Amino acid sequence: MKRCLLLTRRFIDKALERLGEIPENKYGGARIATMAKNCHNDYKMKFSGDEEFPDLSLHNNHMAKVLTKEIYAKLRGKSTPSGFTVDDVIQTGVDNPGHPFIMTVGCVAGDEESYEAFKELLDPIISDRHGGYKPTDKHATDLNFENLKGGDDLDPNYVLSSRVRTGRSIKGFTLPPHNSRGERRGIEKLSIEALASLDGEFKGKYYPLSGMTDAEQDLLINDHFLFDKPVSPLLTCAGMARDWPDGRGIWHNNNKTFLVWVNEEDHLRVISMQQGGNMKEVFRRFCVGLQNIEGIFKKHNHGFMWNEHLGYILTCPSNLGTGLRGGVHVKLPKLSTHAKFEEILTRLRLQKRGTGGVDTASVGGVFDISNADRLGSSEVAQVQMVVDGVKLMVEMEKKLEKGEAIDGMIPAQK
Amino acid sequence: MAGSFTRMIAGRNGAVLLASLGAGTMATGFLMSDNPLAAEVRTKLYPPSSDFPDLRKHNNCMAKALTPAIYGRLRDKITPNNWTLDQCIQTGVDNPGHPFIKTVGCVAGDEESYEVFSELFDPIIKDRHNGYDPTTMTHPTDLDASKITNGVFDDKYVLSSRVRTGRSIRGLSLPPACSRAERREVERVVVMALAGLQGDLAGRYYGLQDLTDKEQQQLIDDHFLFDKPVSPLLTCAFMARDWPDGRGIWHNNEKTFLIWVNEEDHTRVISMEKGGNMKRVFERFCRGLKQVEQLIQERGWEFMWNERLGYILTCPSNLGTGLRAGVHVRLPNLSKDTRFSKILDNLRLQKRGTGGVDTAATGDTFDISNNDRLGKSEVELVQMLVDGVNYLIECEKKMEKGQDIKVPSPVTQFRK
Repeated sequence: MKRCLLLTRRFIDKALERLGEIPENKYGGARIATMAKNCHNDYKMKFSGDEEFPDLSLHNNHMAKVLTKEIYAKLRGKSTPSGFTVDDVIQTGVDNPGHPFIMTVGCVAGDEESYEAFKELLDPIISDRHGGYKPTDKHATDLNFENLKGGDDLDPNYVLSSRVRTGRSIKGFTLPPHNSRGERRGIEKLSIEALASLDGEFKGKYYPLSGMTDAEQDLLINDHFLFDKPVSPLLTCAGMARDWPDGRGIWHNNNKTFLVWVNEEDHLRVISMQQGGNMKEVFRRFCVGLQNIEGIFKKHNHGFMWNEHLGYILTCPSNLGTGLRGGVHVKLPKLSTHAKFEEILTRLRLQKRGTGGVDTASVGGVFDISNADRLGSSEVAQVQMVVDGVKLMVEMEKKLEKGEAIDGMIPAQK
Repeated sequence: MAGSFTRMIAGRNGAVLLASLGAGTMATGFLMSDNPLAAEVRTKLYPPSSDFPDLRKHNNCMAKALTPAIYGRLRDKITPNNWTLDQCIQTGVDNPGHPFIKTVGCVAGDEESYEVFSELFDPIIKDRHNGYDPTTMTHPTDLDASKITNGVFDDKYVLSSRVRTGRSIRGLSLPPACSRAERREVERVVVMALAGLQGDLAGRYYGLQDLTDKEQQQLIDDHFLFDKPVSPLLTCAFMARDWPDGRGIWHNNEKTFLIWVNEEDHTRVISMEKGGNMKRVFERFCRGLKQVEQLIQERGWEFMWNERLGYILTCPSNLGTGLRAGVHVRLPNLSKDTRFSKILDNLRLQKRGTGGVDTAATGDTFDISNNDRLGKSEVELVQMLVDGVNYLIECEKKMEKGQDIKVPSPVTQFRK
């Protein structure tokens, strides 16, 4: 009888959660906190939706474009099972009105369930950011490196280095904006175990940020591996820098060609890179390494967050799908000053950045060229676009060097 | 079962759901009673020991006071506004501190934080406020400015005089925790009250969101405008959220009485003027504060205050009076004397640069103010500042004439 009632109780809890309300927990007479970390939503519900609605009049980000008082009213009473609310989702977008020229996303997920619980807000943002991707669309994952054509013959006189990165989230844990110290350490522990079992070309070592010696730190900086405590308010306002550097670290293989960041902006950021233009090799190592890692996490009953609609689930909606940014550092001094440079990039579905990464300027005509898409096309397709596009742009550069015109080479929109 | 029933009726959705399921009343009562399952699952997965912060490199009051045992007892508690211990200490975890400056390392999210988490806050308060024990002592409040003696300084040395404090509106969460609606409510309550000030206190409000360029420039020129906090001590404590929503500056027409709304506290109240008439500055300070208090009381609001901790503010370092009374004073000779720091220490004064906390002094002009906040009344603290500054000026005058000075004996601590 008691067991039956307890089971019914659990059923009711689940039903209440679906309604979006956390059951009030009391134990031993004192009110206890749930997994909720940054929210006190029940208290905020005393105020009306209009009173709580943020002032977005000066804002220019995806969240501000999409969020209306109606959507806010509908979602503010909800909470994911771990306690993430719509105010938590949008805080970074409220605090960072954006830039007139750069369109930031303005929201983050706190856990896998965020994308479901707040779909009225996140689906339109995803559609806006990912070229009209619909809530009914399916995302194809293809990590079979053999499907990539070419990519091993990019001219090293122009292509200085090649790199592919993505992110992975580990099922059963909440994401960096929301996770507690205990969870973050759990993620780190699991990652260390998984990475330690890698072998062959992937054999490597983990460097926790907390215990780093000065010598280790200098070496990692010289290798361009070390990531810093986030200073960008886009990240800090989303709560991702809490408790720094607790639970954060860097793992890389002995060859220094495969690198994993733990607990930075996502649970894991996986990077494969090397000097020169052999993108095919970089991508092979990327796919093989990822699949090895995924296998180990699955064995520990903590596979990666993935579903067939959104692909790989990551903290920022802009990284859904493949989460993949494949790119090169390439010398294009002439092409970059050509009037049609931007249009060529757009047509090739590529984007440019300075060699310091996102939001930096180019130095000496060297650009970071990478895929613009993340969701709606597979890993192979995106890397293929980089390979084909960069090959074409290098040929254009060579033509411009000889003083020839390139108008006939400008591609159609991909 | 009665307790369970009350809770059941209070939980709207729960009641509706159960009613629709047709659950019997006894079953319902049992189901809505204390359920150890949810708590146990969570505590088993992540016991407090798994969440205890790594404070080995930390040097702030919170890191000194927080033990795994205290954390274990407090982690799962929440205030009536659902504020948790982790949120109180986040700023101290994120900011290990400075080897020379001892920061506090925690904030309150609401008035009740100081009660629910007293096991952590009380030792921190004792540490920060020179042994003041909130469990046994009471804090005196005295805003009778007429009691101040010798409160007019020599203008040749004192360039300006200033008194500031903070006040929180009871019933609304503090800046680390408040929602947008609450913050706007604080703004509404305060602005409405200030509109009732008259005479030399009459003035107007400038909401940060609505400032015209001209108004902004004027406020900057007057040194009134406060910026969005950039110090990680504040941003990690969630105080810069939704900036500049609900923030603003009010000042009287004479520009001698100024109130910041929703910066680091609900309100910061500042009285100031050029020259050395500290008595008048303090008199206006007390008068203005009392009038504002009366005006909010007329509308059913009041300030957060209790006997144990005095005026409740966001940072434990500002409890009690929250009062910093200070002057900008020229001390070209005295500041070069090696005994300068010791003299200040004994007078219970601190020096800052003229840009405020953590700035360096320019030339020979210093910001000299009281060290203490809790355990002594406003009148006592301002009198101590007055006596101290008078002493410093005496020293300076003596040194000008080539005479020697004496280090004064230490001022007594608060009554036990």
